[in-house]
Formats: sequence, structure tokens, C-alpha cells
Amino acid sequence: MSDAADTGPVLAADGTPLKRSLARALRVQKTRALLLIAPLLVFVLISFIMPIASMLFRSVENDIVRNTLPETVPLLAEWDATSGELPGEEVYAALARDMIVAVNAKEHTKLATRLNYEQTGIASMFRKSGRQIKKWDPVADAPFKDKFIELHEGWGELETWKTIQTHSSTYTSGYFLNAIDMQKTPEGIQAQPENKQILVKLFIRTLIMSLIIMGACILLGYPVAWILANLPANKANLLMILVLLPFWTSLLVRTSAWKVMLQQQGVINDVLVWIGLVDDANRLIMINNQFGTIVAMTHILLPFMILPMYSVMQTINPSYVRAAKSLGATNWTAFWRVYFPQSVPGIGAGSILVFILAIGYYITPEIVGGTKGVFISNRIAYHISSSLNWGLAAALGTILLAAVLILYWAYDKIVGIDNVKLG
Amino acid sequence: MKLTKTLLATTALTVAAGTVTAEEMTIVSWGGAYSKSQLKAYHEPYSEKTGVTIINDDSSAEAVAKLRAMAEADNITWDVVDVVAADALRLCDEGLAMEIDPDTMLAPAPDGTPASEDFGDLLVGDCFIPQIVYSTTFGYRTDMVGDTPPTDVCAVFDLEAYPGKRALEKRSINNMEWALLCDGVAKDEVYDVLATEEGQNQALAKLDTIKDQVVWWNAGADTPQLLADGEIVMGSTYNGRLFSVIEEQKQPVAMLWDAQIFDLDGWIIPAGLSEERKARALDYIMFATDTQRLADQAKYISYGPARKSSAPLVGKHAELGIDMAPHMPTDPNNAKNTFLYNYEFWADYRDDIEAKFQAWLAQ
Repeated sequence: MSDAADTGPVLAADGTPLKRSLARALRVQKTRALLLIAPLLVFVLISFIMPIASMLFRSVENDIVRNTLPETVPLLAEWDATSGELPGEEVYAALARDMIVAVNAKEHTKLATRLNYEQTGIASMFRKSGRQIKKWDPVADAPFKDKFIELHEGWGELETWKTIQTHSSTYTSGYFLNAIDMQKTPEGIQAQPENKQILVKLFIRTLIMSLIIMGACILLGYPVAWILANLPANKANLLMILVLLPFWTSLLVRTSAWKVMLQQQGVINDVLVWIGLVDDANRLIMINNQFGTIVAMTHILLPFMILPMYSVMQTINPSYVRAAKSLGATNWTAFWRVYFPQSVPGIGAGSILVFILAIGYYITPEIVGGTKGVFISNRIAYHISSSLNWGLAAALGTILLAAVLILYWAYDKIVGIDNVKLG
Repeated sequence: MKLTKTLLATTALTVAAGTVTAEEMTIVSWGGAYSKSQLKAYHEPYSEKTGVTIINDDSSAEAVAKLRAMAEADNITWDVVDVVAADALRLCDEGLAMEIDPDTMLAPAPDGTPASEDFGDLLVGDCFIPQIVYSTTFGYRTDMVGDTPPTDVCAVFDLEAYPGKRALEKRSINNMEWALLCDGVAKDEVYDVLATEEGQNQALAKLDTIKDQVVWWNAGADTPQLLADGEIVMGSTYNGRLFSVIEEQKQPVAMLWDAQIFDLDGWIIPAGLSEERKARALDYIMFATDTQRLADQAKYISYGPARKSSAPLVGKHAELGIDMAPHMPTDPNNAKNTFLYNYEFWADYRDDIEAKFQAWLAQ
């Protein structure tokens, strides 16, 4: 080798410098690898990233007002909401033209649903007015101001016009404000009335309970993983099946089983009453509250903690602990100073898995959570499938996603993501 | 050239195959005993008559959201959808359901009464085709109420006379009405009161008195299960679910029909179907909502047919052989004190009141 260093750059067999030749080979390899994963990349992009992005985009999208009332919105923008007077006839005339088109296209009720999120009662005002407006002629029936007010008194109220004006921008921060218990009103950004504030509380509860579940999984999973990793193979395999069996069982079955176990006339209470620990009249309440959610979710997520821990512990060489002991360490010191630090990457991987899964969990809290054990994801599900307020659901989802990313980043800063190992 | 031809032929075959399989339709419903009653009363006779294969999809609980997603993707795979009236109203508002002309699209009664009269007030909104009247009402454990079984819905709020847990649905609708009724508000003023901030607070304050004794349910099957387990002393659910607990499973449970809240369930046809599929959906609807068919469904489940002309035809349960008429929510003995769900009101106030209700629940 020292000879080669004296005669300039090392050459490959074909005479090109070895460095360049290596780089080319590497590049070819990289391209091939990229081509091999290209189908997956495209698939993920089309079926995962794009739908998520388009769903998240709904949290700021608000073109429905402008699109449904294209003539009214610009005219209304010039109206001074603080003047205390209703908009002039030209605004009502524009509204009549817009509404006639919208009613015939059946668009007015969609707009009504949107505006009803902001002002209760607008939905039926639009729906009732729509039936009459259908018969109007935009020219012959003018003037419209009194006609509208005659149709529904809401058209003669300042609040209605202020609401339309406030929410007519193409993009809105309204959904995000709603998601943190604020609201966008004609008078500016305000806190929601206290009796409607719930979402911030749910976000905090979701974070705290997910952390508790993660902690419970670490405490319960660590010894199990240790035993698995240190038993002889045949016994470890048997134990492994016990860990995996629940993992393969349907989520709903496991959650329902916890219901049977924990309810007041359930197995655990029956046993406690039978052995006399609990009075029959004072059976423990262990379900439909936070306790139920934590127990059921810890059980369901436990395999996600045990498996990464186990695969990391398997790679820890037992001779290190033996060496520590032979050098005079007590059992505890040998474990704590030698074994435990080597198992931390497994704890890290398991914790991230469990925490991120827990934070988005929906079905288990819904079934066993009662009123105090539900998560923010239950509200997201409600707004997606029940209230149809997809904008708010998207805003809540975006915040949740951002929270997870921030926590991931924080974890990387504090522990270092390189310290996470799945085996 | 040869390749092109082969390709073209394959394409043509695929297209042909596509139209062949079109002799089937997807009908969406709630699943369980309810879908079974529809299968027996509607689907099987219809398939026999026309040869159309009917595919069941138990997605009614998420029908509104799914239909909206389908419409956005411009790919509607459902032909007929079973929804509650409130959802039909929303689907109609969103332009996702087809408008219906009852007199041309639905069969007249056997005596020639046009469908619009036969269904009467139950034709809520422009898109909804009523099928059954169901009610949300209470059932109670007969062995847990002592010697004085409850006869009044306000027993739910009476923790002294009827101690124990009760089950209520985890949403504001119905619960707010019962709370106000039991707080002394007259029946015909309930919705006027509920429209005000004070009224909403009043209802929540009344619910507050029993809050720590309530188990909140999400699925209609929860209350029957809780009753059978003896977890609760009484609970609200759909009357058909209670029927099966009482008559089919013979549990010690009885109905408390007082202040039952009537609601409707029925069909909608999604907007934007191709002409061919629309025609088939309409043909099915015409068949499945005629007088005899609606009465037939009551052989399998204790929900009242939506047509006036069907009521006299309600017979015995197909398997239990018991008379079904006394189990109908509309039976005069059961309907002494009833309450009609106000669709217009809830369409307007749902978002507002539900937000307050959920905030109250989380406190």
C-alpha cells in the first residue's frame, strides 16, 4: 500500500482513478436502489401523502362562501358593519341573483351548513328561503330588500350580514381557532364561551394519558422482555406466543373483553366480592372512566413495547454483565450500570411506537372511556362522520400531527433518534 | 396491428363484463336484526321477482360522511341507502340525495290513495322515503325497581325512588328534551325553550343531577347488553332492541313507553347515479315501500310501518308467533304519551347544542 501512495492516485483495473470508479459504482447502486423502491414511493405518494395533504388543506380552505355568492361577497366587503345599518339594495339584489343560481344548483344548503357552524339558525333560514327564491326572477321581481326580510326576518338582522362578511375570505383561520377553543367573530378573535370549551382540554388529556399508557407499558413490558431474552429458546418461544396471541386478536374483541372484566357486575368485581375484599353494595367503578381507558390501552399496546425491547435485549452480550459482576459489581449495579444502558434503544423505540399509536387511538377510548377517558381523536371522528365539519376535523388533525412531530423532534434532541433500535 | 386488435377486444370484453355485473345493486343499511328484516321482507322477494342480486353493506352509521366522500371522488358505489330522517335531510341539503316525487315514484295504497297521503307527514324533506317509525324509549330491569315499576319517564331522573345506574345516549338529541320535560317544561314548548341559552342550561342542569349515575352509550346494542348484565336499572335505546331483549332473550326487562321519542328511518337514493342504476333503484324503492312489503317487515322486527295503509296488515312475528301490533311504538297503548323529534330544530341547533353538551360531559 505504501508503494501505491508514492505513485499518485490508486488506479482501478481499467485505469480510471479508484476514487472515481468507486463513486460511479456507488451511484449506479443508488440509482438501482431508487428504481427498486420507486413503485413504493409513487404508491405512498398517491395513496398516503396526497390524501393527507388534501385533507389537511381543508383546515384553511373556505372558498364556499365566495363561490356560492360571487356577486354578493365583493359588494358586501364595502359595507361598513359598524354603521349599524343594513346593507343597501344593491347587496340584496346581488344576493338575489346569486341565490337564484345557487338554489337551482342546490348549492345554497351547503353554504347554509357552513355558515351554521358560525351562527346557529342560518341553516333553516337558507333552506326556507330557498324554496321561495326558486320562483324569483332577478330582474322583474326587484327590489329585493323587503322581499328578503319578508321571507325570513334573519335577512334583516345585522348579525347575519356580519357573519357572511366575516367568513367570506377564501382562506380562513376560523377552523384552527375553533380547534383551540377560540372563534372568529365580526368583532375579532375571541375565546369560545366557556360552556363550549372542550378541545384544548381534550388535547392535554390525550397527551397526559398517552404518556401514562406509555409509562405503564415500559414498567410492564421491560421485565417480560428481559425474561424472554434470557430464557432458553424453547421456553422463550412459548412465552413469545403468549405475548403475540393477544397481538393477533381483534382489537374489538380485546376491548370488549375488558368491558366484561371491569364492569361493576364483571369478573373482577365478582371475584373481589366473593373473597370479601369489596362490599356488594360498593362495587368498584373501573370502566367508563380514565382508568378503564388506561388499562385497556396498556394491554392492547403492550406488544408494541415488548417486541422492540426484546429484539434489542437479545443482542446484549451476557458476558458484559458477567464481567461487571466478576469485577465486584452487585447485581443491581451490574444491571443498572451495564445492562440497562444497553437496553435503552429498545425502550426508546417501544416508547415512540406506543406513544404515537396511543395519541391517535380512537376505538378503545370510545368503548371503555365513558366521558372522562375519551381522546381528541374521538372528537375528530365525530366531526368527520357525524357533524360533517371536515374543516374543524382537519384542523384538529393537523394540530395532532404537528404535536407528534414536535415531540419526535424533541425526542431526537434529548435522546437522539440514532439511539432507537428495532433490533 | 394484431396486438391493437387483441387489446381492443380485451377492452370490449371488460366493458361487457362491467355491464353484466351491473345486474346487482348495493343496498346500505344498519346491519343486525334490522338488515335481516329487510332481507326477508324486501330483498329476497325482490331478487326473486327481478333476478337482481342485492349486496348488503352495513354502513348506515357512517352513510352521510361516506356518501360525501364518494361524491367528492365522483364514484358512487351505493344504489339505495337506509338512513334516519335527520341524515336524509342533511344529505338532501348537501345535494347528495336525489329528490323524490312521492306520487310518481312510490306505489299508491291498495285502495288508490296516493303515496303522498298514505305517508302523510312522515315525508320529511324532499329526498326522504319513509320506511319505519321507531322510537327511542326506556327499558328497565323488573327485578331492580322494587314493587313500584316506573310508569313515568321522569323516573330516570328520580335517583331516590330508583337508585342505580341508567344508560343514556352520548349525545344531546333526545336527552335534552327528556330533561326539560322532567323539569316542568310543557311538551309543546320544549323546542322553544331549548332554542334559548337559558333553556339549554336548564336541560344540562337537570341532567347534572344524575350525571354520575349515567353510563353513556354509543351503539344501540349497548343498553340491551347493560340491562342483561344488570349493570344498569334502566336505559334508553331503540324500541326494537328492547323487544329482542324482552321477547327473544326473555330477560327480566320491561318497556317504559312514556315520552318515547318518535323518529323515522327510511331510504334515500344517492344523487348522481347513472340513468340505468337510478331506474333500478327507483324500481326497488317502488317495490319495497308498497303497503304489503312495509307490513311484512313488521313480522321480523318491532318497528311500525310508515304507511297508514300498512298498519292493519301487521301480523304475527315470523319466528316467535306472537302478535306484533302491541309491540309497535305506534300502538295506542304504547303511544299514550309520545314526543315527535323536531328535524328542523336539530338541523339548526345540533352543532351548537352538541358542542355545549360534549363540553358538559367532559367536565
